[in-house]
Amino acid sequence: MYDFTYQKPSSIADAVKLLAEPEAKALAGGQTFIPVLKQRLNKPSTLVDLAGLGLAGIKAEGDKITIGAMTTHGAIAASPEIKKAIPGLSMMAGWIGDTQVRHCGTMGGSLANNDPSACYPAAVLALNATIVTDKRRIGADEYFQGMFTTALATDELITSIEFALPVEKSAYEKFRNPASRYAMVGVFVAKSAAGVRVAVTGASQNGVFRHTEMEQALSGNWSPDAIAHIKTPPGGLNSDIHGSAEYRAHLITVMAKRAVAAAS
Amino acid sequence: MGFEGIGASVRRKEDGRFLAGRGNYVDDINRPGQLYAFIRRSDRPHARIGGIDTGRAASAPGVVAVFTGRDIEADGLGGLPCGWQIHNKDGSPMAEPPHPVIAVGKVRHVGDPVAVVIAETRQQAKDAAELLVIDYQDLPGIASVRDAVSPAAARVHDDVVGNVCYDWHIGDKAAVDAAFERAARVVRLDLTNNRLIPNAMEPRSAVGECDPSSGDYTLWTTSQNPHVIRLLMGAFVLHVPESKLRVVAPDVGGGFGSKIYHYAEEAIVTWAAGKLKRPVKWTAERFESFMSDAHGRDHESVAEMAITEQGTFLALRVSTLCNMGAYLSTFAPCVPTYLYATLLAGVYKTPAIYAEVKAVFTNTVPVDAYRGAGRPEATYLLERLVDVIAYDTGIDKVELRRRNFIPSDAFPYQTPVALQYDSGDYEATLRTALQAADWDSFEERRREAASRGKLRGIGISTYLEACGIAPSKVVGSLGARAGLYEVASIRVHPTGSVSVLTGAHSHGQGHETTFAQLVSEQLGVPISQVEVVHGDTAKIPFGMGTYGSRSLPVGGSAMVKAMDKIIAKGKKIAAHLMEAAVEDIEFKEGKFTVTGTDKSKALAEISLAAYVPHNYPIEELEPGLDETAFYDPKNFTFPGGCHICEVEIEADAGMARVVRFTAVDDIGRVINPMIVEGQVQGGVCQGVGQALMEHAVYDAQGQLLTGSYMDYTMPRAEDVPDIKVGSETTLCTHNPLGSKGCGEVGAIGSPPAVMNAVVDALKQYNVRHLDMPATPEKIWTIMRDGQPAMAAE
Repeated sequence: MYDFTYQKPSSIADAVKLLAEPEAKALAGGQTFIPVLKQRLNKPSTLVDLAGLGLAGIKAEGDKITIGAMTTHGAIAASPEIKKAIPGLSMMAGWIGDTQVRHCGTMGGSLANNDPSACYPAAVLALNATIVTDKRRIGADEYFQGMFTTALATDELITSIEFALPVEKSAYEKFRNPASRYAMVGVFVAKSAAGVRVAVTGASQNGVFRHTEMEQALSGNWSPDAIAHIKTPPGGLNSDIHGSAEYRAHLITVMAKRAVAAAS
Repeated sequence: MGFEGIGASVRRKEDGRFLAGRGNYVDDINRPGQLYAFIRRSDRPHARIGGIDTGRAASAPGVVAVFTGRDIEADGLGGLPCGWQIHNKDGSPMAEPPHPVIAVGKVRHVGDPVAVVIAETRQQAKDAAELLVIDYQDLPGIASVRDAVSPAAARVHDDVVGNVCYDWHIGDKAAVDAAFERAARVVRLDLTNNRLIPNAMEPRSAVGECDPSSGDYTLWTTSQNPHVIRLLMGAFVLHVPESKLRVVAPDVGGGFGSKIYHYAEEAIVTWAAGKLKRPVKWTAERFESFMSDAHGRDHESVAEMAITEQGTFLALRVSTLCNMGAYLSTFAPCVPTYLYATLLAGVYKTPAIYAEVKAVFTNTVPVDAYRGAGRPEATYLLERLVDVIAYDTGIDKVELRRRNFIPSDAFPYQTPVALQYDSGDYEATLRTALQAADWDSFEERRREAASRGKLRGIGISTYLEACGIAPSKVVGSLGARAGLYEVASIRVHPTGSVSVLTGAHSHGQGHETTFAQLVSEQLGVPISQVEVVHGDTAKIPFGMGTYGSRSLPVGGSAMVKAMDKIIAKGKKIAAHLMEAAVEDIEFKEGKFTVTGTDKSKALAEISLAAYVPHNYPIEELEPGLDETAFYDPKNFTFPGGCHICEVEIEADAGMARVVRFTAVDDIGRVINPMIVEGQVQGGVCQGVGQALMEHAVYDAQGQLLTGSYMDYTMPRAEDVPDIKVGSETTLCTHNPLGSKGCGEVGAIGSPPAVMNAVVDALKQYNVRHLDMPATPEKIWTIMRDGQPAMAAE
């Protein structure tokens, strides 16, 4: 990696101030960002480590679960509250990367980066979660704006993510890229106060998206059969040496059916 | 001490330091005043170098020197040598274009070194390397063997017409043609053996040093054969005599063949250390491993078998195009010839075989031996072809194999492709494997899997390979520019502990344990008293190194010979001490005894007398108990066996997984069954990787698309089931241990077993063949469309 200045602020205000500098970058769990730095694909002037801001932790209240932005995948997977209230989210967190990644990587970091192959965007979109920042609250539909693009301003920090309860059904299935094991196609299905939602990650050139045709079909009949006939147009889907757009389109239905079956 | 000799599964002596992080690898070695090299590599597959502006890099902080290919040339260094010469069908030698240490004038593959920056720190060297300005003029690139031989192809080397390195053949063409004429049927299969990247856990690394007072050079390097590197680098590249050059290969974290070869970086750090009068270290970053470690496989073949109505093999005809990459790596030319086409008889008594092999240059990383080296390619071709014959004729695939096996009473068996097999019992390994794998009850498992939405298939491979390379005279006549014996010294110290100095090198194989067990067996010394020393040309008399599963059959045999000498000398000393005739002394379990008496002397008493020769037959015997032996094998060894694989394919997504795997191998005498089991399991993992996952993909122009683990699929622990390992033993008849070698059998026998299982799982889609790797999308496409055009018919 290139040389940079390292800062570990202890307040959100200080962090935001540091991030206002040009070429300053926030460091959350670092599981994507540190490999990027090691490959010299990014040259920040300052690295602002968010680990000192007290943003980790899971809080379960009656009608919502709040997950601090710096909470690790490992902590989310291990939380009995999340396992009980949103089993699909628990399962998803426990299936990211490997043990080492899960004990460093954070939900806030993943959402801020919005890698088109990341898992969390599917959960947040399907569960209609709210992204809470130091400045405002952003609904999931507004938050995701294409690959590596979000509604966040450059000096805006995610502080927590709120999931409204109750969640009646939730499940996630992914087909992993054989090499990287990132989601080649990941589908999160959910039934909650926001209705039936199906969010697909990994497949599209534009990042996570809602599959409204499947949502409508499942609203009337929550069963794998209800969506078995639904074909996703391959236009706009990713295509690479691991899978053509047609194959990814096919996998969307396969993964969605599995997720629905798992949440039945 | 419990039993620690031949056949004991003792725990590996070396694992304590590895598991505790106390291994001593090349990158752990740091010399006073050490500098760091970073190599700027070509990102172009094929380009002319118009010029290199080194100015900004040379004046960057910490930079001590910047060298290009011109500097290497100006110092009179040689190019990287090739250790094997193949001759064309017409008797002319192969094309052997120069392989500069650093590119001169032209780059020929992504990863080709263009310049080296040497600085006070690794970071500074890397920073400065980015400041080099290289004026590339792109040329058309070629990646595939088919493109390389097309008439319109650009030339990788200006002097190599048609990009052909050699056009070679073996066998009796007339006999094969005649057999095809009268055959009831001919079955043809076109197939690809996918290109692989070795991916040793430890990236390559090298530290060069030049002693300012003596002028002696030392190179620490990640090598499987330090003596070979000393010879190649000293004699051909640096022109430094062996006496002034020491090569050390300390702990090495995996090789699989990729660390046999003499690489540019070894020469660069050693040469630069002399020039700059300071030690120089280079360690590959992982991305460099993908684009600079020699790759493996990469064949396109057409195979045809002439058969009778009953499925008896009459003749085999094979035509193979193989990829050498941009330059000839050290042993590349022998891999698709003498380690491949000579294996095409396999375990079958096919009376006539003819194979032609055309090796071509492309704008890709050089290809050389990778675990199995030629034999996996031969085995895959043959064992897929046999299954396709069964498919085309309707003959049961096990029965078809049995009908064509070389019978167990036919040994020694002369094949039509040069090799003479000494021993084997293919029916026995087949029978044991079928039973261990519950072959007969498979259909029940297929039905049960179907109820879970899985397509289950079973596949078999009955394979043979050649190890223990090799009789020097034979390989010399085939074009090797080296002998292939092995060397061992057994040094019994005054108090009876033993050092074993071996020219073999352990980079994961567990030699420190296996060889200690050999000593324990033969000299009766506990393994805790035996130290195995390897990997240092200053300590070990000589050696040819570890590859081709040769360490035990060749290296171990040298130890046996050296220990025979120790015992013979010990008997003379014992006879003197006990006032008996030498013929009356017998040696057993560490004791020299006067036959028929209770008079005896322990080995330690004899060794003490040998080093403190107060009462000693000094007139006729030199003091000391230290013997060296060179063992030149009489033949190759021929391990073989039967691998049976079961896969399950997700009917909806197309993902195939290996769910059961049984390997029954005949590797001759086994020293440590636990280590052998580990070797077989590791090899099978690599075979499963090749069959289902691994593939080095280039675009048509030679840009590497699988340059990191984001795109190159390595098998993970979760991808491989517990592998059942069994054995049926026939002993090698021509080495003193009866051992055949075990390091590669797993990687050789398994790929066709996996692919035969995949094809079997897809039988409802009428699949005749699909190429490796059987990726989910490839399988899904077959399930969606049915088998596309049967190109092979």
